[in-house]
Amino acid sequence: MSKTVGVKDLIQKKDKLSKMKSGVEKSIPVFLFCLASISVLTTVGIVSTLVYETFLFFKDVSLIEFFTTTELKPLSPVEPKFSILPLLTGTVMTSLVAMLVAIPIGLTTAVFLSEYASPAVRKVLKPLIEVLAGIPTIVYGFFAFTFVTPLLREFIPALGATNALSPGIVMGIMIIPLVASLSEDAMNSVPNAMREGAMALGATKLEVTLRVVIPAAISGIIASFVLGISRAIGETMIVTIASGSSKNFTFDITQSMQTMTAYIVEVTSGDAASGTTAYYSLYAVAFTLFVFTLLMNMFARYISRKYREAY
Amino acid sequence: MCALTITARKSTKANAPLASDTENTEKNIVMNTRALNLWYGENHALKNINLPMLENDVTAIIGPSGCGKSTYIKTLNRMVELVPNVRISGEILYRDRNIFDKTYLVEELRTRVGMVFQKPNPFPKSIFDNVAYGPKIHGIRDKKILKEIVEKSLRGAAIWEEVKDRLNENAYGLSGGQQQRLCIARCLAIEPDVILMDEPTSALDPKSTLKVEELIQELKEKYSIIIVTHNMQQAARISDKTAFFLNGEVIEYDNTDLIFSTPNDKRTEDYITGRFG
Repeated sequence: MSKTVGVKDLIQKKDKLSKMKSGVEKSIPVFLFCLASISVLTTVGIVSTLVYETFLFFKDVSLIEFFTTTELKPLSPVEPKFSILPLLTGTVMTSLVAMLVAIPIGLTTAVFLSEYASPAVRKVLKPLIEVLAGIPTIVYGFFAFTFVTPLLREFIPALGATNALSPGIVMGIMIIPLVASLSEDAMNSVPNAMREGAMALGATKLEVTLRVVIPAAISGIIASFVLGISRAIGETMIVTIASGSSKNFTFDITQSMQTMTAYIVEVTSGDAASGTTAYYSLYAVAFTLFVFTLLMNMFARYISRKYREAY
Repeated sequence: MCALTITARKSTKANAPLASDTENTEKNIVMNTRALNLWYGENHALKNINLPMLENDVTAIIGPSGCGKSTYIKTLNRMVELVPNVRISGEILYRDRNIFDKTYLVEELRTRVGMVFQKPNPFPKSIFDNVAYGPKIHGIRDKKILKEIVEKSLRGAAIWEEVKDRLNENAYGLSGGQQQRLCIARCLAIEPDVILMDEPTSALDPKSTLKVEELIQELKEKYSIIIVTHNMQQAARISDKTAFFLNGEVIEYDNTDLIFSTPNDKRTEDYITGRFG
């Protein structure tokens, strides 16, 4: 071989590998597809199980009883009653309290981090806030039960030992980092040129934030709210510990309520024998929960698309 | 108001007398920069700038990249202060009031001294809302008045005919040239006194550039315009006065025709004849 490297020769040599190469190339998409289908198949599997078992449940209990009556006594030996409404109010009320805490605090935190904090402050603060997200929910539940509830009872004597308010607040605190972090990302990705454009018109920082940055980031912000709400609806441990297991149909957040998730915990860890109506009720509740979050997500998509400011 | 005087002239680095002093005694100075220095951290970006700029003139600022011309124009409405670690000394008098004065609210200054940026930066809102944004933040709520302002501003920016049937569409559906004229309309909507333009046509095609240049000629009837441009032909075409910046200094500042025909400084001549930059 001459001293100069013949690049052409080398390339041709590589071409000899092309048959093997094309085989690999062809099999790669198949391989990737198989892996990608795992999550799809799992979802299909879960949903179909849910639907099937739910169907069995509704053989015993009418839809009318399930959705319009207000009593839930799944394990009553005399006359079991199955209504989803106490669980729905439990879930809705605790999630509502959680979002009332998480949305304002999360959003203002995001505004501070994205628009007001100096880079140095942000660099310290953001990871610190995200630490909150790493705390196991059982710790939050314990915290709600042993600290927040007694504290709240100092101010609200009528508050039950288990209630919807305290776990709601604590869930809200748990969700703050999620809302703050995602909203901050959305605001941060608004181009600076837009802020400058508004400032050059004599807008104050607050006007820039409220009337340019937030509107431009609104779809990301709403997405963060929805993820937060989904977290709250699906949250189990905190409500199981601190909200109790009274199946009250009530909107009074000082009272004990049971959420859909907590009900599932209770029944699965309790005495419901396989094949009983109480056992199947688990699936009906889980299916309702699934539909609930699905609707939530669809609604949010619609909202964020409607108010989207494309740039 | 003080008329342009020799004192203002003396303090510039350029040593030739301003040949046109006598012609311009009628015009007031709208922005007067005196002994302005600016540092980005340790980097001395603007060195002892002295520039009196006249009312209803188009003042062009030319110079090679990195000469400080963008920094300078951003100093005129204090947008430069958004950059961390900026230090400024000296003063800029807008209508005889120092813009760095503690009592001078930066928002107030920017309401009087508008700005058009290099890249069109409309808000991701409707065309109407883009123009109405300025009046709205300054407290104008009346729909009818807003409508009038929007039409007037869009007409003023020579874009009304193109957008009048689609005022509610997103501004990002417009072409680059239209977006830039929309940004000019947005700026006109709060009726500023001075309009700063930072290379407003550098992101536009020749046809849109021509439109914006024609527009600038119309706007100078009512506004004082200060424009940074990379394009020397553009400076020659549209400006009354030209300042040549190099390495953070004003090398020469004079009537545009004089700068381009008989520059005093060798460096100016080299630059405008394309020997560097």
